[in-house]
Formats: sequence, structure tokens, C-alpha cells
Amino acid sequence: MQKVKNKWRKFASEILILAAIFTLVQYLVTAGLLNQYFQINLASMCINVILAVSLSLINGFTGQLSLGHAGFMAVGAYVAAIMTNMLDLPFIIGILAACLAAGLAGFIIGVPTLRLKGDYLAIATLALGEIIRVTLQNIDYVNGPAGIMGISKLSTWPWLFGGVVLTVVVIVNLVNSSYGRAIISVREDEVAAELMGINTTKYKVLAFAIGAMFAGLAGALYAHYFYIIKPETFNFLKSFDILVMVVLGGLGSTTGAIIAAVSITALTAALQPFPAIRMILYALILIIVMIYRPQGLMGNKELSMKTFGRIWGGRN
Amino acid sequence: MRIGKKVALLVVMLFVFSIAAGCGGGGGATQTGEKSGDAINVGLNVELSGGVASYGSNARDGAILAIEEINKAGGVLGKQINPIVRDCKSIADEAMSISAALIGEKIVAQIGPLTSGDVAGSTPVMMENKVPLIAPAATAANVTVDDKTGETRDYIFRVCFIDPFQGTLMAQFASDNLNAKNAVIYCDNSSDYGKGLAEYFEKTFTENGGTILAQEGFVKDDRDFRAALTKIKGLNPDFIYVPGYYQEVAPLIKQARELGITAPIGGCDGWDSPDMVSVAGNDALNKTYFTNHYSSQDKDPQVVEFVEAFKAKYNKEPDAFAALGYDSVQIMVQGLKDAGEADPVKLTEALANIKDFAGITGKMSIDDQHNPVKAGVILEFKDGKQVMNTRIQP
Repeated sequence: MQKVKNKWRKFASEILILAAIFTLVQYLVTAGLLNQYFQINLASMCINVILAVSLSLINGFTGQLSLGHAGFMAVGAYVAAIMTNMLDLPFIIGILAACLAAGLAGFIIGVPTLRLKGDYLAIATLALGEIIRVTLQNIDYVNGPAGIMGISKLSTWPWLFGGVVLTVVVIVNLVNSSYGRAIISVREDEVAAELMGINTTKYKVLAFAIGAMFAGLAGALYAHYFYIIKPETFNFLKSFDILVMVVLGGLGSTTGAIIAAVSITALTAALQPFPAIRMILYALILIIVMIYRPQGLMGNKELSMKTFGRIWGGRN
Repeated sequence: MRIGKKVALLVVMLFVFSIAAGCGGGGGATQTGEKSGDAINVGLNVELSGGVASYGSNARDGAILAIEEINKAGGVLGKQINPIVRDCKSIADEAMSISAALIGEKIVAQIGPLTSGDVAGSTPVMMENKVPLIAPAATAANVTVDDKTGETRDYIFRVCFIDPFQGTLMAQFASDNLNAKNAVIYCDNSSDYGKGLAEYFEKTFTENGGTILAQEGFVKDDRDFRAALTKIKGLNPDFIYVPGYYQEVAPLIKQARELGITAPIGGCDGWDSPDMVSVAGNDALNKTYFTNHYSSQDKDPQVVEFVEAFKAKYNKEPDAFAALGYDSVQIMVQGLKDAGEADPVKLTEALANIKDFAGITGKMSIDDQHNPVKAGVILEFKDGKQVMNTRIQP
């Protein structure tokens, strides 16, 4: 009985905190207290959090090194932009179509490639991400290399925040479900998992498709915030940027991925006043963090209300 | 165990907080060392890292030189110009974020970014805040004109000619000066820059009575061009047009000459880089021509003066991007003088009405689509040196 009560209390407090964050930012935006610069960086943060959390499902929890995340983001961005900008459909349809298309792309690409392991998989996904980009470059309907320009700015704060919450809730619950246990067992030891009767290919493809789906969501939000999308935006360097967030946060930690995504976005923004040495400083900070925290900021631990309570309350 | 966790958590939080604090500094209204009260702030949103870093840094050098000269001569409207330089990493969303940060610094105008895609990223912020953007080298037509509605973007200007013009120029040069009767186009298919130039070259060249024997394509990051070049060699054309960027063009020309292709090869301003000579070599580059915005060998006294000043300051030859960066600042100063006060909206009106402005890259007037009407030059590589061949006025 007590347990059930605690669960409800936890759920209620989580909802309250989320609502508070949402209303606070919404108020700051509508009251004009948050200038445009902060709004743009906030949008980048939200999009990067979605990307990092979704990639962390593939790389962190399933243990499949994927380097093609920007490709799925591109699929989402283009599908959403075509829906709203060229076919004049509502934004929500664009987002749904983006998620579906990216998820489908993840599924189609996942089935053959996830039979590969380690380095081979990394190379295959890297190549597939590039194939998506080069394909887009050669489709005249989406203006080839010039990309789609003049996309309406529909990714408002409610959409961005909703996207982040949806991604985190779905992925955290997935990881904590029986599916999630199966997914983690694949990471820990694929052979042992197979011996225990787990259909490893099925779970790998499932994680891959869901990760790709949320990358599609991030792409849709990106396209409708930054006015222009072109294939070059989604090159493999973008995939590496997302991978850096996941590794820096800690493989197998959702909160780690969130913290890293937020920190890295803020860091790039904070270094803007030093244009000449910006990338050097950025690299240097990453190297220092990796030397002192090789397992990433969070390792495979999660930061939750319970952690704060335990550390400061002295209970254990 | 618990201690370790505490420390880890503390490190994480310190990291986040320090960044948040730094972020506040970046977006704030004023900054240490950059006075804003009695100076006119000008934003330089250029590519200093990423794919086209060399364009951005050269344009910055040119712009800074112009600003220093103006400040030394007493500034404009009795005020000094204060440049605020930012790196947009050759990414469109970064360009947008930086524009917003620069507008927080109360800039009167933004110079840059260099490429059309990055300018597009910056465009909505400039339009929303009614601050003019002067693009030194964004050549795509839809940078200044919305291609959906056909309306000119009020706050976006450029000082370079647009892509189609370069294709037209080279076609005219090929048929008039080189007497080419037929040509092969081998263009960069991965950029609309290459495709657009190829299209207009073909149009003008066929109008002048020439024939296009074949059109081949390469994509960004290609390194081996021998298959297509062997085919081109078999066609034995009078002229080969290679619109693309220097990363691919330099090895392409080297391989073409190695295969024994002796026909003249023509290109565009994407060729303008010291890497052309270091990669392709002096001999391979003989009989190659490209269109550009300006030549540092131009004997025009204004150009000579600019080239000397640039060499004295940076100890290197100014390329077209440096000259365009310089002109971007100069045309902005002309606009400020015409407007009579440092107000972004008044400056925009003045810029739209600029006539016969004498820049380093030629005399220009801004037309109603915010494009300059100006001359272009044909440059030739002679033993590894860029030599001015001729100037063509539209």
C-alpha cells in the first residue's frame, strides 16, 4: 500500500516539476524576457536532447555503435518540410509522417545491418547515413544540394518541450520494461542473451527503429525552427556531434545524455565570443572530461529525485 | 562509494553551472573590451571553422582592414566602427544563433556569412529584427529574393554578382576570346552552384553558336576523375568548363593534364585558392581560366592601394573574398553616410539606393533585387601565378 502511495507521489511530483518548467519558460517567452538568442539556443538544446537520448538507446543501451543518426534526422526533417512547406498540411501531420518515415528507414536499414557487429556495424551505419544525404542531394524535388529554404517557423516552445518529454518518457519506460531488459542483455552479452532465448535481432532492430523514429522527430523540429535544411547539414559530422554527447554523458545513461546534450549546446554558445580559439577550447574541454571521466559524466548511472534525496538526506 | 558519487555529482553540476554562467556572458548586451556607447557596432558573422573556413577568414581580414582604415581617417558620422567577429562554423543554424547574439549587441549591420546556405540561416533573424545583412559572396539567386513570392528580401544585400552571370561570362570568353566552337561541361553535381553555372554556360555558349558535346558530373569529395576524363579526351573538345570548388577541381585538372588533355579549361570563383597551385602544380594549370570578382593585379589605383595595404598588414595576397569583405564594409559606410545616422532601418533604405559605388571589385549599383550590377574579370593561371586576362562589363 505504502509502495503504491509513494509511486503516485513520485508521479505527481514529476508532473508538477515538468509543468513548472514549461510554464516558466512559456511565461518568459511570451513576456519577452527571454531574448531571441536564448530562445534559439534553447531550441538547439531541446533538439539535441532528443537526438542524444534517442541515440543513447541505440548506442548506450543496446550497445550497437551507430554512426548514421544524422541520416535519420535528415529523413525526418525533409519529410516534415515537404508535408508542411510543399503540401501545406498541418504541422502535426508533418511530425507524425517524419517519425514514421524515419522509423521505417531505421527498420529497413536495421534489418540487414544489425547482423553486423562492432566496427563493421559502425562503418555500415556511417555509410548508410551518407547514402541518405547523397540521395537527398540528387532529388530535384527538394532542390538537391541547395535544400529547402523558407520553412515556416512552427517549432514553438510547447512543441519542443513536448518533443523532449515524449522522447524521454518513452525511452526511459522502454528501457525499464521487459523489452528494455532484453535490450540491455544484448549489450551485456549477445551470445548469452541468445542462449536465454532472447531474439537478439528482433530487439536490436526494435531499438534501432525507435531511436531512428525520435531522430526523425528531432529533424522535423529542427527543420521548422531553422528556416533552411540542406543535405550538407546532416553530414557525418552531425552524427559525430550526437555521438559525442552520448559518450560524454555516459553510455547507458539517459540523464547523462540529457546533461551532455544541454552542456555541449551551452558550451558551443558560451565559446562564441572567442571565434579564433573556439574549436580548440571545445576539443580541449572534451579531452579533459574524457581523461578524468572516461566512463562519461554519468557512467551508466541515472540521476533522479532519489539520487538527490540519498546524497543530501544521508539515507541509503 | 557515497563520497565518490558526491564528487561525481558535484563535478557534473559545476560543469553545467560554469557553462550556464558563460552562456549568460555570450548573450549579454555589453562585453568587456568592446565599447558600445560612442562606437557603431558592426557584426562579422563569418565562417572561421568548418568546410569553407578559408573564405570566411579572408573576408574577415578584408573587412577588418577596411574598418581600420576608416577608423584611422576619423570614422564615419564622427564615430568609430567597432567590429564584433563571430565564427558560424559553416553551419546554417549556428549562423542564425550568432545573428541573434549580434543583434543583442546592437549592431547596425551584419557582414557575412559567405555561403548562400549560411546566409539563408541568418536571414529570418535579420528580417525579424530589421537589421541589414550584407553578404560578401553569397551567389545563389534566392538569397536576396524569395523564390516563392518573387519579392525582394528587404534587409538582405550582396556585393558579389550572382551565379548565372559567371556562367554567361565564361561562355562569352570561351567563344569570343578562345574561339571555341564546342565544349564539354564537367560540373560539380553536388552543389547547386556548379549546376547553376553549367546551365547558364550552356545557354550562352549555344546562343553564341557553339555546341556542347557532353555534360559529365562529379560530386563533393571525389578524388578520382580519370574515367570521365578519358571519355572527354576521346571527344577532343575545344574547351572544358569545370564549375566547382577547388578541393575537387585541383586534382581534376592535374589528372586531366596527366591523361594528355591539352584543351583550355575554364572555371569560376570557387577555384580561387592557393591550394589550386600546390595540388595541381604549375604546369597542369597553364591554359586554365576562371571568372572572378576582382584581380589583385588590376592596375586600377584603388585596387593597387588596397592590395598594398592588405599585404602590409597580413603578409599575404588578398583574394576575392578579402576584396569582397572590404567592399562590404565600404558600401555599408557609404550607406551610413547617405543615411546620415547609424540606424539599421535608415541604413537599409540608403543601401537599396546606392548608385555607382566605386569598390575594389568594380563600380556597382544596387538593383531592385538587391544585387549589384558590376563587372567581372577573367583570370588565367600562368606558371602557377594568377594573371588578369580581361575584364568584362555586363
